[in-house]
Amino acid sequence: MKKVVDRALEKYPAKVHRARKEHIVVKEKDDEVPVITANTRTIPGIITKRGCCYAGCKGVVLGPIKDMVHIVHGPIGCSYYAWGTRRNRGKAQEDGQNFLEYCFSTDMQESDIVFGGEKKLRQAIKEAVEIFHPKAITISATCPVGLIGDDIKAVAAEAEKLYGIQVIAFNCEGYKGVSQSAGHHIANNNLMKYVIGQGELKPGKYAINILGEYNIGGDGWEIKRVLEKIGYQIIAVMTGDGSYEEIKNAHKADLNLVQCHRSINYIAEMIETKYGIPWLKVNFIGIQATVETLRNLAEYFGDPELKERTEQVIAEELSEIQGEMEYYRERLRGRKAFLFVGGSRAHHYQELLKDLGVETIIAGYEFGHRDDYEGREVIPTIKIDADNKNIEELKVEKDEKNYRMILSPERYEELKQKIPLSYYGGMIKAMNKNSVIIDDLNHYETEQFIKILKPDMFFSGIKDKYAVQKMGLMSKQLHSYDYSGPYAGFKGALVFARDVDAGVFTPAWKYVTPPWKIEPMLEGVVEEVAGC
Amino acid sequence: MLKATPEKVTERTALRINPAKTCQPIGAMYAALGIHRCLPHSDGSQGCCSYHRMQLTRHFKEPVMASTSSFTEGASVFGGGSNLKTAIKNIFSIYEPDVIAVHTTCLSETIGDDLNSIITQAEVPEGKYVIHANTPSYVGSHVTGYANMVKGMVDYLAQNSGKANGKLNVLPGFISPGDVREIKRILNLFEIPFIMLPDTSGVLDSPMTGKFEMYPKGGTRVSEIIDAGNSEYTLALGQFASTEAATALEKKCQVPLSVLKVPIGIEATDAFLMQLVKLTGKEVPEILEEERGQLVDLMLDCHPYFYGQKVAVFGDPDTVIALTEFLISLGMVPRYVLTGTPGESFTRTVEQMLQDAGLTGTVKNAGDLFELHQWIKKEPVDLLIGNTHGKYIARAENIPFVRFGFPILDRYAHQYLPTTGYKGAIQLISKMADALMDKKDRECPEEEFELVM
Repeated sequence: MKKVVDRALEKYPAKVHRARKEHIVVKEKDDEVPVITANTRTIPGIITKRGCCYAGCKGVVLGPIKDMVHIVHGPIGCSYYAWGTRRNRGKAQEDGQNFLEYCFSTDMQESDIVFGGEKKLRQAIKEAVEIFHPKAITISATCPVGLIGDDIKAVAAEAEKLYGIQVIAFNCEGYKGVSQSAGHHIANNNLMKYVIGQGELKPGKYAINILGEYNIGGDGWEIKRVLEKIGYQIIAVMTGDGSYEEIKNAHKADLNLVQCHRSINYIAEMIETKYGIPWLKVNFIGIQATVETLRNLAEYFGDPELKERTEQVIAEELSEIQGEMEYYRERLRGRKAFLFVGGSRAHHYQELLKDLGVETIIAGYEFGHRDDYEGREVIPTIKIDADNKNIEELKVEKDEKNYRMILSPERYEELKQKIPLSYYGGMIKAMNKNSVIIDDLNHYETEQFIKILKPDMFFSGIKDKYAVQKMGLMSKQLHSYDYSGPYAGFKGALVFARDVDAGVFTPAWKYVTPPWKIEPMLEGVVEEVAGC
Repeated sequence: MLKATPEKVTERTALRINPAKTCQPIGAMYAALGIHRCLPHSDGSQGCCSYHRMQLTRHFKEPVMASTSSFTEGASVFGGGSNLKTAIKNIFSIYEPDVIAVHTTCLSETIGDDLNSIITQAEVPEGKYVIHANTPSYVGSHVTGYANMVKGMVDYLAQNSGKANGKLNVLPGFISPGDVREIKRILNLFEIPFIMLPDTSGVLDSPMTGKFEMYPKGGTRVSEIIDAGNSEYTLALGQFASTEAATALEKKCQVPLSVLKVPIGIEATDAFLMQLVKLTGKEVPEILEEERGQLVDLMLDCHPYFYGQKVAVFGDPDTVIALTEFLISLGMVPRYVLTGTPGESFTRTVEQMLQDAGLTGTVKNAGDLFELHQWIKKEPVDLLIGNTHGKYIARAENIPFVRFGFPILDRYAHQYLPTTGYKGAIQLISKMADALMDKKDRECPEEEFELVM
């Protein structure tokens, strides 16, 4: 297998070759977890699939919070491209506001770049307050804002005083860090600092938060449906269909569920330190994964009645989908997949594909860190470089007033043996021998590995989708689900199975080669007659 | 839907809400894709390139290949020169394009990198080219970026060798590959030798063959761009997207030019054909006259559905100007005409057209969809025409909606179907009539439901 990697990288200039080979590993033994390089700079000129810090902050984490006005301070493009394109669904609460259909920007012009943009930002906040009367506003910085030195934090503080609402500034300039990941961190830091902890909700039984679930195609709603059916009270979701009002109460939950480890593990850790709420790594993508997650949850609360209810709901849900899932499994089993997506999905979707009898032979993350690949145990050994250093590490302390001891230390240790409490084992452990794991995959390597490993299906984002489809390979977006979904939970698994089945079996594939390139052609009768 | 939008318009001087434009670099990227074997390159942080590729891909449902200098904080502080030079070296070794077309971003512009000198210092293999355009995101719009990149092609490549080639340069403007194909078909019917610059047909509407081509068949050849300096004449279609490059070509290579509307609708297509006749002395091919006759026939057939209907149109200035003219030809009333791109000449041109037709309407450049929606709330229209973002207004106000322009993110096949030429005008009529009549069929009382319409 290692030879395969060498072959794939043949064409690279020496420097690129040296750098890239650290990001591609082969799992040679079943119990091996090879060390991978991740979360480092992309080489200039390489056609990367990565985005920027702003995309991670405003696009991913803040954008879905529906009842805040998200003003992007910069030229028009950054706000424009993050407008409605990510499919994070949201619905206004009965008396609540929903600004997801709107795009707000200071639309900076040349004079703002030359003379500074603070004045325009101040005015933009004023106009937003007067037109929309939001409960809170976020301001996200784009590249030029940092360079010209606009003090968006000062403008935000001033506006808070003036309008009596929260105005939070995010210095998420696109050039910070090496990918979207830096932006997730910046967004989380501020939500932690300024939003969580303000609420006074009195929660009921089994109160939980769902972290790192963005409600793409309605995933979060399907997860919520199942959890509420069992009897959980969901205090806050960060941030799919998210609400500022709900996030304020996040410190009132008894457990944090971490779906996307990459984008949100920081907040889970910080909440645990500050408020004492433990976190559990969950995965609602895949039927077996969902079942296991639900059982782990019940185990955490330890209530026999809850456990029984959980089993009841699992049985009900399974009975509804099993027949159809089996049908798709029969049609799809034995196929091989290439997965490149996100900082968690490349792992999560392996579980759902497994349910369908599809093996993932090569997988990687766009903006994952080593712990997402190798497990949290490697965190102490991760080297901090100049690019990471620029991202603020928030130091939180115990909040004496709101800290609750939810589990006794003994129970905590006991549970840690049984369920992934404060732990994520990473993607590599879940993969088979001879799998290829590839970080920050680029276009050239995509083509190479498809040619060499010949997978049957490819799952990634919009930038790759059509290039791979042109190669004759079924190609599906796992960021936006090709405008379908939900894919999470029980019902979502079935939607996914149907979509994959359609992708594999659409009759369109059989027309790719025209018949005259396959069948021997008859003599040119028409021409002969015409020639007479 | 858009429930927070109040009817009352209040003056805004700083907050842009629901824009009707995006930033320069995406236009530059689109233009550069119209050069054969060219890799567009974004000189800035990764997000720009990623966003532009995503948006173009969502519109065309086709691969959009482009690279980035991947600036990090270091590059932003110390300058991006070394990133760009490394990028150029890597691109030529790995992706093997014939041309790299670099466009700047607000990041590299604000840093103040001097692209001319960086490119001079870069390692460029024999026979290959690196060209560039300055496309600061904080000036103009995506249409400006398109115009700047086409000008960059002329500045770097076009040459007057003193040997006239007898060809006509056609600068198509920011239109879709289907639109370009239709213009090419017209030129071919006339048997006029031409250079289309740039030409995204065959690139962003490439066929499925089972093989991925990093550089598809289409696109203007570099040799053609060089040779554009030897052409007889340049037709610049669309004042906003094409004037700059045509003027630069005149200055550099003494190729005379005229600026025409993008040939969308009957009048602009007539004007285009008349200009071709004037320039070449050729007669209008019979097939085109026949198509024109079909179009007029159709205009008469369905005039009752169009006449006097109020329309709101928004989008890019060049295509909106031409479309507004067509709506007037159909007897419709363009009540609101808006572009996000700044430019007073847009407002002047459209206002003049309305005035000549004895109509009044609200016309705005550098506007946004939030304001357009407020106008519509105050006084509704019968039809809305514009890019995909208009669908929210259409749904909120229950207005029939025709998708037109860039971007169309939520419908398929538009990249193949022209809006240009007489054929394109027929397509547009078909879409508008469908939208109006579908609404009637859906909503009229049962006793008024008609079999024949």
